[in-house]
Amino acid sequence: MSLGKWIGKKYPVNVIIGMVITGVMLLLIVMSFFYTPYDITKMDSASKLAAPSLCHLMGCDNFGRDIFSRVLKGMQNTFVIALLTVIIGTTGGVLIGAFTGFFGGWLDEVLMRIIDVVFAFPSILLALVFVSIFGTGRYNVVAALGVAFIPSFARIVRGEFIKYREMDYVKSARLAGVGRPRIIFVHILPNTFPVLTSSVMIGFNNAVLAEAGMSYLGIGVQPPDASLGSMLSESQTYLFSAPWYAVFPGLMIILLVLGFSLLADGIKANA
Amino acid sequence: MLLEVKDLNIEFHDHDVPERVVHDVSFSLDEGEILGIVGESGSGKSMTAMAIAGLLKRHDVEKKGTIFFEGAELLHASRAQLRKIQGNDIGIIFQEPMTSLNPVKRIGWQVEESLKIHRPDMSRGERKRRAIAALSDVELPNPEQVYAKYPHELSGGMRQRVMIASAMICEPKLLIADEPTTALDVTIQLQIVKLLQRLNREKKMAVLFISHDLSLVKRLCDRIVVMQNGDLVEQGSAQEIFERPREQYTKELIDAIPRLEKLG
Repeated sequence: MSLGKWIGKKYPVNVIIGMVITGVMLLLIVMSFFYTPYDITKMDSASKLAAPSLCHLMGCDNFGRDIFSRVLKGMQNTFVIALLTVIIGTTGGVLIGAFTGFFGGWLDEVLMRIIDVVFAFPSILLALVFVSIFGTGRYNVVAALGVAFIPSFARIVRGEFIKYREMDYVKSARLAGVGRPRIIFVHILPNTFPVLTSSVMIGFNNAVLAEAGMSYLGIGVQPPDASLGSMLSESQTYLFSAPWYAVFPGLMIILLVLGFSLLADGIKANA
Repeated sequence: MLLEVKDLNIEFHDHDVPERVVHDVSFSLDEGEILGIVGESGSGKSMTAMAIAGLLKRHDVEKKGTIFFEGAELLHASRAQLRKIQGNDIGIIFQEPMTSLNPVKRIGWQVEESLKIHRPDMSRGERKRRAIAALSDVELPNPEQVYAKYPHELSGGMRQRVMIASAMICEPKLLIADEPTTALDVTIQLQIVKLLQRLNREKKMAVLFISHDLSLVKRLCDRIVVMQNGDLVEQGSAQEIFERPREQYTKELIDAIPRLEKLG
């Protein structure tokens, strides 16, 4: 495959499919920042629930808005929210995990018990509690999901640090007088990247699904802004009269998650 | 006197019953001398070395006694004091060359690391020059190429040489070698021992050579300390130990050396 050759490695077919799907999705998302075929809030009563056609590639919704444009914008929202969530979760998780794993002791015990408690709740439930306290809106969703994602990353990173802190190269760095922050972030952290990258990608998928779920429940991205989740929820009423309304947003969620899953598989296999 | 260990006691407290791994061990090491510590597994020889290197974990370990390095006490020093003394003056190489180098960093980066800490004003080019000089000092072929390689691209013997180079880059006064040859095959073992001998001679660097292999110790060391079950059994010059061992355990150890070389 030319793509595999270009990166200088041979990849199995599923990874290449993942790359292609993710590549196309990313392209569409980047495009959506600059261009959508129609204004996503423009209503047109004449084309209410119109079937897919050359004018409206994915048809129109119950207000006559172009579904393709809204799907693009929705993907963009989902992607940005999932990305920020994963960034918060990874940063928090790496800091806590590195700290507890490297130092151990009573602080490790205390922090990990707190993490256990947070971990015991499903992340979406935790995010729901968070949103009901601080209100809806995309930034609250990001904060809520981000915090809910910290425990799983913290555990993974902690385990890795426990494994690496006793390595001889860490000991000799300590003897050489390398400071602890440098040992943690420069000597050990890069060793955790293979494990971390694949869990970041799985985390990204979970974040996509969680965002879609929250918007579906009406506490994520607020109308008239578009989100794949809220479109799915609106489309339920028209499932039989206008099936395309439900199919396309759903398909996009599937593709977004599938692409990243396949990529994550490949990275895990390489690690 | 470069190093003086006096009444060293190390106890582990991570189980219900305290476990004494080193008991009243005293010995000393002069500048430029090679001292061998021999003993079977679990005799406390590595723990003694870790204590000198300041690499014992802080909790669960009780340490008593004193370790003087050039007049400064190491065993009970704070981490900041320790860092000033060590690294610059003490280098260490470990048994397992597969885990003693960081797999995600290039060789050059790792060899230079202690220069970055202890010679912060040294320029990049100068650091690189020193690192390559150190790599060629340990008789690695094509040091410029090795400099840019990753550990997995090197063999076990080459990695051990890299370890020696990175332990030596700040020109320490003491090199602790914790079973540096155990994981290598016999021909490479001999090369490493000869290399340590040469570096000791040329750089006037003292070596604390820890091993269970008496034949290597005999070849390399000026003086020998014999340990068993955390106790110091016997110490003396290599000649004394081998020709007139006083203790039964030492005799047994010497008898356990394969005699092939004598036959041939």
